[in-house]
Amino acid sequence: MRNITKLFPGVKALDNVNLKVRKGEIHALVGENGAGKSTLMNVLSGVYPYGTYSGSIFFEGKECIFKGIKDSEKTGIVIIHQELALVPSLSIGENIFLGNERAKRWLINWNQTHMQAAELMKRVGLRESPATLVKDIGVGKQQLVEIAKALAKNVKLLILDEPTAALNEKESENLLNLLLELKKEGITCILISHKLNEVLKVADSITILRDGRVVETLDRHKDDVSEDRIIKGMVGRELTNRFPERTRKIGEVIFEVRNWNVYHPLIEGRKVIKDVSIKVRKGEIVGIYGLMGSGRTEFAMSVFGKSYGKHISGQIIKNGRELVLNSVRQAIENGLAYVTEDRKSAGLILIDDIKRNISLASLNNISKNLVVDENREIYVAEEYRRKLNIKCSSVLQKTGNLSGGNQQKVLLSKWIFAKPDILILDEPTRGIDVGAKYEIYKIINNLAEEGKAVILISSELPEILGMCDRVYVMNEGRIVGELDREEASQESIMKCIMQSIKEVV
Amino acid sequence: MQTIKDVFKNNIRQYGMFIALIVISIFFQILTDGILLLPQNVTNLVLQNSYVLILAIGMTLCILSGGNIDLSVGSVSAFIGAIAGTLIINMKMDVGLTIFICLLIGIAIGIWQGFWIAYLRIPAFIVTLAGMLMFRGLTIAMLKGLTLSPFPEEFQRISTGFIPDVFGGFGTKLNITALVVGAIISIIYVILQFKKRAEQKKYNFEVIAMPLFIAKIVLVLAGINLFAYWLAAYKGLPIIFVLIGILVLVYSFFTTKTVPGRYIYAMGGNEKAARLSGINTNKVLFFTYVNMAFLAAVAGIVFAARLNAASPQAGINFELDAIAACFIGGASAYGGVGTVSGAIIGALVMGVLNNGMSIMGVGSDMQMIIKGFVLLMAVAFDVLSKNRARV
Repeated sequence: MRNITKLFPGVKALDNVNLKVRKGEIHALVGENGAGKSTLMNVLSGVYPYGTYSGSIFFEGKECIFKGIKDSEKTGIVIIHQELALVPSLSIGENIFLGNERAKRWLINWNQTHMQAAELMKRVGLRESPATLVKDIGVGKQQLVEIAKALAKNVKLLILDEPTAALNEKESENLLNLLLELKKEGITCILISHKLNEVLKVADSITILRDGRVVETLDRHKDDVSEDRIIKGMVGRELTNRFPERTRKIGEVIFEVRNWNVYHPLIEGRKVIKDVSIKVRKGEIVGIYGLMGSGRTEFAMSVFGKSYGKHISGQIIKNGRELVLNSVRQAIENGLAYVTEDRKSAGLILIDDIKRNISLASLNNISKNLVVDENREIYVAEEYRRKLNIKCSSVLQKTGNLSGGNQQKVLLSKWIFAKPDILILDEPTRGIDVGAKYEIYKIINNLAEEGKAVILISSELPEILGMCDRVYVMNEGRIVGELDREEASQESIMKCIMQSIKEVV
Repeated sequence: MQTIKDVFKNNIRQYGMFIALIVISIFFQILTDGILLLPQNVTNLVLQNSYVLILAIGMTLCILSGGNIDLSVGSVSAFIGAIAGTLIINMKMDVGLTIFICLLIGIAIGIWQGFWIAYLRIPAFIVTLAGMLMFRGLTIAMLKGLTLSPFPEEFQRISTGFIPDVFGGFGTKLNITALVVGAIISIIYVILQFKKRAEQKKYNFEVIAMPLFIAKIVLVLAGINLFAYWLAAYKGLPIIFVLIGILVLVYSFFTTKTVPGRYIYAMGGNEKAARLSGINTNKVLFFTYVNMAFLAAVAGIVFAARLNAASPQAGINFELDAIAACFIGGASAYGGVGTVSGAIIGALVMGVLNNGMSIMGVGSDMQMIIKGFVLLMAVAFDVLSKNRARV
C-alpha cells in the first residue's frame, strides 16, 4: 500500500501511510485506539471503496481497484472483523459458505456443502458437526468458523482485527498456532492486536501506527524487538511503568460474601457458582483472576442485586451487617457498583450523550421531587470529564462516537458518581490501548486511596499482578486459590488452576 | 456565546419537521385560496385531530421504551366509547361518573396488556394485536352491532364546547378570554425563559447571545398570541384545546425533565444498561402501556363526544394515525429517540394534509397515497440525515 491518505470529516484518519507485507509472513499492525489500524485495513479490504481515499494498493504486483468487499475477496484478500459476521441461527456449514454457496444456479448442494465444510473445519481444528448452529458454540470456535469461511474463499491474504479480544488464554493460543499453521501453507496474514505478547509470539514483522502515520516497521528476525520498544513507538514516549504506583492504606474488612451459590437461570439444576466466599478491605484492590467461563462475571452480577442466575443463596455482609440485595436499586443504595465487562451492550446507552450516561445510575442525586436538574447534570458531567480526562468535544457528545478508552472512562464516571463504597470492575481495560489503560489504572488507584474497596476482575495476568493487593483465583465457578501480593505470580496462579482441575478429575 | 449558526446547527433536526409543518400549511393556504388558515378552519382542524393528538402522546412513550407500538388503541377507544354510550344513553348515568368509570376501565385494560408485555415479555406487537381484535369484538358485542346516539349536550361539550367568554367581548366580535389566556401563557413563558437563562449563567454555561434570545422570545410570543387571536376571532377557546394543551405540557415535562421520564429513554436506548443502572425496566414498560390505555380511554371519550354517538366502527385505524404521527415527528423505530412535541407536530402535519386536501376536494384514495408517501419520506429523511452525520 502506497501513500494511503483517508480523510473523514474533520479528521485525517490516515496520513500518507505505506505498508509493505511480504508473501507468506505474519505482519502485525499495532497502535493505540484511533491510530488508524482498522481504517487502513478497511481501505485494503474494499470496505472504503476506491476513490474515497488517495494512494494506491498493489497486490502481487498488480494495482488493485476495489469497489467493494466482493472485489477484494475475489483477489484473495479477506478481512475478519472484531465483531464476527456470522449468523447465529444458521449452522456452521451454512455460515462457512455464506455468500459463497456451494450451489448449482439457485439450488444449494447440501452434500457438497457439508463435506467441504467438514474438510475446512478439520483444517482449522474445529471439532464440531457442520450442522451445529453457530449460536451453540463459544466465541473461540466461532472465530475458527470465520477463518474456515475465509479459507473457503481461497484466501491469500487474511486480515484479522483483534481476533483474540474475546478469547481466553487457551483459545487464543490455539488461534495463534493456527495462524502459524496457515503461514506454512503459504497464507499471508495481517494481524491487528493490542496484546503485544501475542504479537511478539507470531509476527514476522511489526508495523506501528500512531495518529494515522507509520512510526516504524520492525523485522523480528533482524531488529531487536521488545514489548517496551513497541509501546514506546505506540504512545510516542517511554512508559517506564505500565502500572502506576499507589500508596497502600488498607483498613478494616468492609465487604464480605459468604458461601455464595448460584444456579444457571435457564438450565435447571446447573450450579454456576459453588460456595464462593471472598472479602475485601477498605482501600484494598482485590483481584479475581479467572478465564472466561470461570464464573467471575456471573458471580459479580449475582452479588449485584441478583442480576444473574436463580436460587441464589449465601450471605452478603457489609460493615458487619448482613445485606439482602434483591434488586440492582438496592445494591446501589447500599454502596455497591458493578462496572460491566461489556460496555457497549450492557454499560452505556450509545445513542445518548455523555452527561445522560453519567447521571443514569444516580438520577436521584441530581433531582428534586423526581424533576431532574439538568444544569446540575451538565455541571457534574463536566467535573468528571475533567477529573478522568475524558477526551470529547463536549459532554453533549454521544457516547457511541467515543473511543473505547473514553467510553470506559464515561462508564467509570457513572459508577463513581453513584458514590459507592465497593466497586466491582469487570475487565475494565478490555479492548483498550496501552495509554488509556494506564489512565484507567490511575483512576482505580485513586479510588483505592480514597478508601473505597475495589474488586478487579480480569483475565489478564499482568494486570492482576500489577494492580492487586490480593488475588482470588477462580475456576469452574469455585475459588481455587487466594494469594497475597507477595505470593502471587504467573506460576503460582496457574498452579492453583491446574491443581483444581486435577482435583475435579 | 452561541451564535445563530450554532443554534441552527444544534437544533436543525428538532426544528426540521416544524419548518415542514409551516411550509405545508403555507402551501395549502395558497392552494385552498386562504381557507385553510381561516379561524374557523383552524379550530376545526385541531378538533378533527384531537384524538390523534392524544393517542400520539401515549404512543410516543411506547415507542420510546424500545420501539414498541400499541395496535390496540383504536379498538380500546371504540370500546370505551361503547361503555360511555351504554352507561349514559341506556342507563342514564351521570356524565361525570361515567367519565370516571371509563378512565378506570382504560387503566384496567392497560394493566391487563401491560402485564403480558412487561412481566411475561410477550412481544407488544402480539399482545396489542390480540387486544385490537378482542376489544373490537367486545365493542360490537356491547353495542349489538348498532350505533348508540345521541349523547346529552353535557357530554358533547367535551369535544364541541368552548370556554365561555367571561369578559363579554367589550362590543367587539372577539372572544376576550382567549386573548387573555394567550397573554397569561406569554407572561409565564417569558418568566420561565429568563429564569432558565439566569440559572445557566449561575453555572457558567454558554448561553445564546442576548439579541438572539430576545428574537426567540418575540417569535414565540408572536406565535402564541397570533394563535390566540385566531381562536378569539371564531368562537374562542375550545374545551378540548385546554385538555390537549394540558396533556402536551404534562407529558413533555414528564418525558424531558423527570426521573421516570429519563428511565423510559434509557430503557429504549439500551435495556441491559438501564437494568444494570438500577432501573426496574419491567415496571417502566408496564407503566407505558397502562398510560397508553388510559390515554386511549381519553381519546375514546373525546371521539364519542365529537361523533355524538357510540359506534361499533369508531376508532378504526386510529392506531396507525398515531404511530405515523410519532414517526413523522422524529421518533426512532428502535426506541430511545423521540419527543412528545415531535409527535404532536407529526400529528398536525397529517392533520393539515388531510384537511387541506379535503378542502381542495381531493378524493380519499389520493389522500391515503399522499399521506403514506409523506410518512415514508419523513422517516427516510431522518434515517438518511443520521447516516450522513455518522460518516
